[in-house]
Amino acid sequence: MAPARDRRTGFSRRRQYGAFLAYVLAVAGAVVGAVLLVASTFNPPAFAALRMTLGSVTAPISGTFVAIGDAVSSVPDAIGHYFFVHSENDRLRAELEQSRKILLTARTIAHDNRRLRRLLAVRDRTPDTVVTARLVSSTGASGRRFALLNAGRWQGVEPGMAVRGPEGLIGRVTESGPAAARVLLLTDPESIVPVRRTRDGMPAIAVGRGDGTLDVRSVATNVRLGKGDLFVTSGTGGLYAPNIPVARVRTDGGDVAVARPFIHPDTLDFAIVQRAFMPMPPSAPAPRP
Amino acid sequence: MTLDTYNPFDPGLPPARARALPWLTVMAASLTAIVPVVAIVPLQPPMGLLMLLAWRLVARFALRLWAAAPLGLFDDLVSGQPLGSAVLLWSLTSLAIDLFEHRLVFRDFWQDWLIASGAIAFCLIAGRFLAVPVGAQVDAPLVIQIAITILLFPMATRLVAWIDRKRGRNEVGA
Repeated sequence: MAPARDRRTGFSRRRQYGAFLAYVLAVAGAVVGAVLLVASTFNPPAFAALRMTLGSVTAPISGTFVAIGDAVSSVPDAIGHYFFVHSENDRLRAELEQSRKILLTARTIAHDNRRLRRLLAVRDRTPDTVVTARLVSSTGASGRRFALLNAGRWQGVEPGMAVRGPEGLIGRVTESGPAAARVLLLTDPESIVPVRRTRDGMPAIAVGRGDGTLDVRSVATNVRLGKGDLFVTSGTGGLYAPNIPVARVRTDGGDVAVARPFIHPDTLDFAIVQRAFMPMPPSAPAPRP
Repeated sequence: MTLDTYNPFDPGLPPARARALPWLTVMAASLTAIVPVVAIVPLQPPMGLLMLLAWRLVARFALRLWAAAPLGLFDDLVSGQPLGSAVLLWSLTSLAIDLFEHRLVFRDFWQDWLIASGAIAFCLIAGRFLAVPVGAQVDAPLVIQIAITILLFPMATRLVAWIDRKRGRNEVGA
């Protein structure tokens, strides 16, 4: 490529000043970027309003694409179902036969459980669902794992709410705009969820690793995490309701082990937004002097 | 590039639109972040950066030197990086490319590709340390992401060259 002749400014004062100003502005841009970066490092939700207003525009567009994709992929699914309907029918019959027995046992246990809890006078809170919406896109180019939810403040979604799917916990809302909200996924490197082992209630925390898996770190000392251990939310901290499935340990380990979350975000369709399980108590009124 | 479709008397787009077009293409490329996929691993190439580099290296007067900062701001709003990271990194990249232009006036495509590769690796690695704690396990996906982005650069330059040809020749000096 030939050298750029236009780079030369010649004797024209106007062009000389123009070229100089371009450099000044470029350096100023870098400085402004550094300042913004420091501001957003120390106060991450600082520019949430700006981000989520734009998100409210893009989320419905992504949502339309999701709907179109679903419609297209439903055609081969429907054809597949037509061919495998008999084998599937047999399989479902067998499964129904099995689960009927388990269901009877479970009903008895549930009844017992209710009775015993009433005896203990445990106050049960059920988390109430705010809205059910789709996760429409995510930050695929960044190391952070955020997803965009197609519902926002107009639907009642506020920062700090828990988001779960049918299979397990997805994450929590960090920012909300008029019609979109940003969800911090479980697997984000900065996400921490208090969990407990289903087998014995051993408390632990699940920390995202950034590559689609979680680190389960036990809070107690001298424990061994085995392959296949199941972890559910413990309800500690009051954000997530207890007993939402979180992850299954993938390899044997000491008090830290790698676990795979129950949700598969790439196959996510609907997410349920729930109010924080135990909302923060209102701050005490300032003492009168 | 076939010469028979080239009409030297084609006035191209009106100047205002011709100047807005590079901005719009970079912003549209940034908006590829809204594709309806919830990714587990960050492998999606940063399309906005790719288009910016292609414009910067193929059609050097299409974007002003300072255009990287506002375009980076828009990219930050959709990309999930902390706000300001692309503003800073893209501005620095733009200035660095300007230095290369002064030193290395006769360049061919391979040198452009090499410069772009360095810029992509710098932006992605620096962006990783700005956004994600050092201990996170995102380094293997990062290497793959850098490789994918570098391999996409020739395609981006073809696209930019095509748009630039449609845009007409009424370029404005820097």
